[in-house]
Amino acid sequence: MENAKQTRRGWLPQGALACTAGCGGGHWALLDPMGPIGADEKTLILTAFGLMLIVVVPVIVMTFAFAWKYRASNKAATYQPKWDYSGKIETIVWIVPAVIVAALSVLVWKSSHDLSPYKPIASNIPPVRVEAVAMDWKWLFIYPDLGIATVNKLVIPTGVPVSFRITSDTVMSSFFIPRLGSQIYAMAGMQTRLHLVAAHDGTYEGLNTQFSGAGFSGMYFDTVATSRQGFDAWVKQVRQAPGTLDAAAFKALETPSQNDPPAYFSAVKPHLFDDIIQKYMANPPRPAQAPGMKMGV
Amino acid sequence: MDSALFGKLTVSAIPFDNAIVMWTVGVALTMGAVILGLVTYYGKWSYLWKEWLTSVDHKRIGVMYVILALVMLLRGFADAIMMRAQQAVAEGPSQGYLPPYHYDQIFSAHGTIMIIFVAMPFFIGLMNIAVPLQIGARDVAFPFMNAISLWLTVISAALVMVSLGVGDFSHAGWTGYPPLSESQYSPGPGVDYWIWSLQLGGIGTLMTGINFFVTIVKMRAPGMTYMKMPVFTWAIFVTTALIMMAFPVLTVTLGLLTLDRYLGMHFFTNNLGGNLMMFPNLFWIWGHPEVYIVILPAFGMFSEVVATFSQKRLFGYHSMIYASIAIGVLSFAVWLHHFFTMGAGADVNAFFGIATMIIAVPTGVKIFNWLFTMYRGRVQFTTPVLWTLAFIVTFTIGGMTGVLMSVPAADFVLHNSEFLVAHFHNMLIPGALFGYFAGYAYWFPKAFGFRLDEKWGKRAFWAWAIGFLVAFMPLYALGFMGMPRRLSHYDNPAWQPYLEVAAAGAAIIFVGIVCQVMQLIVSIKNRAALRDVTGDPWNGHTLEWAVASPPPFYNFAEIPVVHDLDAFTDMKEKGIAYQRPAKYRDIHMPRNTPAGFIIGMFAFSFGFAMIWYIWWLALASAFGMLITLIVRSLNDNVDYYVPAAEVERIENEHHRQMADAGATGVNAEPAPYFAHQV
Repeated sequence: MENAKQTRRGWLPQGALACTAGCGGGHWALLDPMGPIGADEKTLILTAFGLMLIVVVPVIVMTFAFAWKYRASNKAATYQPKWDYSGKIETIVWIVPAVIVAALSVLVWKSSHDLSPYKPIASNIPPVRVEAVAMDWKWLFIYPDLGIATVNKLVIPTGVPVSFRITSDTVMSSFFIPRLGSQIYAMAGMQTRLHLVAAHDGTYEGLNTQFSGAGFSGMYFDTVATSRQGFDAWVKQVRQAPGTLDAAAFKALETPSQNDPPAYFSAVKPHLFDDIIQKYMANPPRPAQAPGMKMGV
Repeated sequence: MDSALFGKLTVSAIPFDNAIVMWTVGVALTMGAVILGLVTYYGKWSYLWKEWLTSVDHKRIGVMYVILALVMLLRGFADAIMMRAQQAVAEGPSQGYLPPYHYDQIFSAHGTIMIIFVAMPFFIGLMNIAVPLQIGARDVAFPFMNAISLWLTVISAALVMVSLGVGDFSHAGWTGYPPLSESQYSPGPGVDYWIWSLQLGGIGTLMTGINFFVTIVKMRAPGMTYMKMPVFTWAIFVTTALIMMAFPVLTVTLGLLTLDRYLGMHFFTNNLGGNLMMFPNLFWIWGHPEVYIVILPAFGMFSEVVATFSQKRLFGYHSMIYASIAIGVLSFAVWLHHFFTMGAGADVNAFFGIATMIIAVPTGVKIFNWLFTMYRGRVQFTTPVLWTLAFIVTFTIGGMTGVLMSVPAADFVLHNSEFLVAHFHNMLIPGALFGYFAGYAYWFPKAFGFRLDEKWGKRAFWAWAIGFLVAFMPLYALGFMGMPRRLSHYDNPAWQPYLEVAAAGAAIIFVGIVCQVMQLIVSIKNRAALRDVTGDPWNGHTLEWAVASPPPFYNFAEIPVVHDLDAFTDMKEKGIAYQRPAKYRDIHMPRNTPAGFIIGMFAFSFGFAMIWYIWWLALASAFGMLITLIVRSLNDNVDYYVPAAEVERIENEHHRQMADAGATGVNAEPAPYFAHQV
C-alpha cells in the first residue's frame, strides 16, 4: 500500500498544476461550475438564498433592535406586560414565510424535474456512455462502446453529454464531480443514472462523498475534459495498455486497496457492469474481508 | 472459535498498543477511582444509595440525567476536538496523528454520543425536573418506570465508554448504514457496541416518552386545560408523542440489523434479496422526528426564558402551540430529504423537498413570536436570555441553509459535504444545546436552591457563541469548495486554512466549557449568597416557582387550582401565591426502590454479553431483569402516606425561612384559623 501511496503522491502535483492552468480559481468548486448542470445548480442555490434573505435579514435586525430597545434599563420604552396577541402581526408572521415557501416550492418542483440526474441532456451529439463502479476503495470506469476501462481516471470529450450508469461492488458510495454538478449514490445490486457534460477543457476532481470505510479519504480521481481529438488520442493510448480487464484481473481489482494510482485496461470482459449487478442478485456472500477492519489494530 | 465462557472476548480486545486510547482509559479510570474514593472517604455510600440510586423522585432522576448529559458532553467534545485537530493537520504528506481506523470510530462515537447521550438525557433531565412541577403534580405517572428509563440510558452510555478500552466502537458513522455496518464489512464488536447502546438507551427513552405523555394527560392540576398548559409542557407533550411514534421504528430497525449480524439474515445485505436502502429509509423515519425530539424541548425552554426575562406574557401562545404540533406532524413526512441522491424520481424528491420547506413556516412563526415577546417588554440580559438571542440569530442562518438543502437539485451538490456538517451543527448547537444551557441556568435554582454565577455564565456564553461561529462558518465555505464530510486525510491545500480556523473555533468552545465548570465550582462556593429563598428567583410565570427551591419531595403541599396560562403570575396578582391551606392533608407518595438500578445493571451485563457473544451471561442477565421486574410487581409495599404533621413541619420551615429573609408578600405565620392546630 505504501508503494501505491508514493506513486499517487508523486503523480498528484502534476494534476494540481494542470488544474491551476486549466480551471482558474477553482477552489470554490460549486461556485465555479464547468458544465450546465453545475451552473443551473449554482443559480438555484443563489436564487433560493436570495429569496430566504427576505425573512432572514429582518429577523436578525429585529432580534438586535427589539432586545436593545426593550432592555430592562430603558424605562422610556413602552412596557405592556399583558400584551400577548395581535391579529395583524400573527397574520403577517404566518403569511410571509408561507408565501416565500410557496415560491420556493415552485422552484423545487421545476428544478427537481429539470435537473433530475436521470434526465438525458438534450444535445445533437450522441452521448459518451460510461459505466462507473465503486470498489474498495477506487472507482472503475468502463467505456462499453469503446471496450476500454480505467481505474481512478475519467476522461471525457468536452461539450459531449456523458451518460453514466453507476453501481457499487462494495458498500454504498456516492459518485460526484463537484465542478460538473449532481452526485448520485452507487449501490450494490442496483443501477443509478447520471447525466453530465463539461463545457470547458480542464481537470476536475471527482470523488466518493459517502463514507465507505478505511480507504474512503483516498477515493478520488481526476476527471479530464478534453477536445474530441484529445479524447480520441487518449482512447488510442488506452487501447495500447498492456493490461486487460478479464475475470482474473477483475478479481484482483476487487481486493481492497487504498490510494490507487490510475490504471488503464485495453479490453474489458463483455457485460462486466451487468455481471457486477447480477452478482448480488443470487450468489452466496463473498468471504473477502476488508483489511484494517480487524480488531485490536 | 469463540469460547463458551468468554464468547469473543480475549485479552487482545484491550488495545494496549494504542497510546491515545490507553491514556484516555487511564484518565477515565483514575477519575472514576477518585470519585469512588471521595464517596467512601466522606461515608456517603448510604446517602448515595438511599437518596439517589434508588430514588423514584422525578427531580432526583432529572438531576442524574443532566449529570449524565454533562459528563457525556465532555466525552463527545473530546472526540470533536480530536477530529478538528486531525483535519487541521492531515493535508498532503502529513497523515495527521489518527489513522483512519481510529478517526472513523471517533466520528461515529461523536455523533452517537452527542445525540443519544448528551441531547436526549439533557432535555429529559430538565423535563423531569420541570414538567411535573409546571403542571402541579407530585410525581410522574409511573415513577418506577422513570427509574428504569434513567438506568437504561446510563448503562447504554456506559457501554459506549467501555468500548474505548474493551474492543472498539463502530466505524460506520453514527447512522450505521449497511452494508458497511453488516458483519461482512464490519466483523468486529464495534457495530455491536453501537447497536446495543442505541437499542437499550432507545427503549429507556421510549418508556420516558410514554411516562411523560401519560403524566401530562392525566396529572395536570385542576383548572389546567390543554390551552392553559405552560408552553414548555406543551413542547414536551408534542415531543413525547413523537418519541412514542418514532422510537419503535428505531427498535425494529436495529433489531433487523441485529438479525442480519447475529443470525445471518439478509434484511439490509448487498446480496440474497437484502435491500440496503431500506435501512436509511427506516433509520430516518425515526431519525428525522428525532431531530425535532431534541429541538422542540429547547424551543419550549426558549419560550419560558424569553417570556420570564422580558417580564411579560408570551406573545402568540396559540400560534406557538399550533406551530409545535405542525412541526411534530410534518417531521414524519420529510425523512427522504436525508438521501435525495438515492435516485428516487423527481416527483418523490420534489414532494419531500416541499414538505421539508413547509416546516420552515411554523418554525419561522415561532421565531417571530419570540421576537414579539420581547417587544414592549423589559428584557433582562441574564445568561438564559443571551443563549436565547444567540439562538435566534444563528438558528435563522441554520434554517436558511437547511431550506437550501431541502431543494433536491441543490442537495445534489451539497449532500455529504462539510456544508451539511455545518448545517446540522448550526441547528443542533444553537437549536438544542443553547436551549438546554438556557434551561439549565433557568431551572438550576429550582433543583438546587441556589442560582448559578452570572459572571462565569456570561463568559461561558461568549466563548460558546463565538467558538461556534468560528468553528462552523468555515465548514459552510468548505462545502462550496467541494469537501466531503468524514475525511481523515485530504490532498487539497486550499482547504487547510479553513480547517485550521475551525480547529481554533473548537478551542474557543473548549474555553466555554472550562468557564461552565468554573461557573459550577464558583456557584457551589458562593451558594449562600446565591441562595433562592422564596423559590421564585426570576419572578416566574408558572407553577414550578410556587414551591420552595429545592422543592419538598412531595412538590405541592396542596395541589394548586389553575385559572390562567401564567398560573403563578395570576396567583401573585391575586395575592394568594403564598397562601397556606386551612389544613394540611396526608400525601400519597411512591416508595424508593432499588429495582430500577438493578434492572439497569442486568441490562448492562446483557448488552455487554450480547456484544461479545457470551450467551450464558446474556441469558442470565435477561432472566435477572425479568425476575427483578416480577419481584417488584409482587411487592405491594410500593407507596406510603406522608403524615399531615410532617408536611406542615416542612412547609412551616420554608415559610419561616422566607420570612427571615424578608421576602415580600409572604405570610410567615400560619393563618389564624390554622393556629389552633400548632
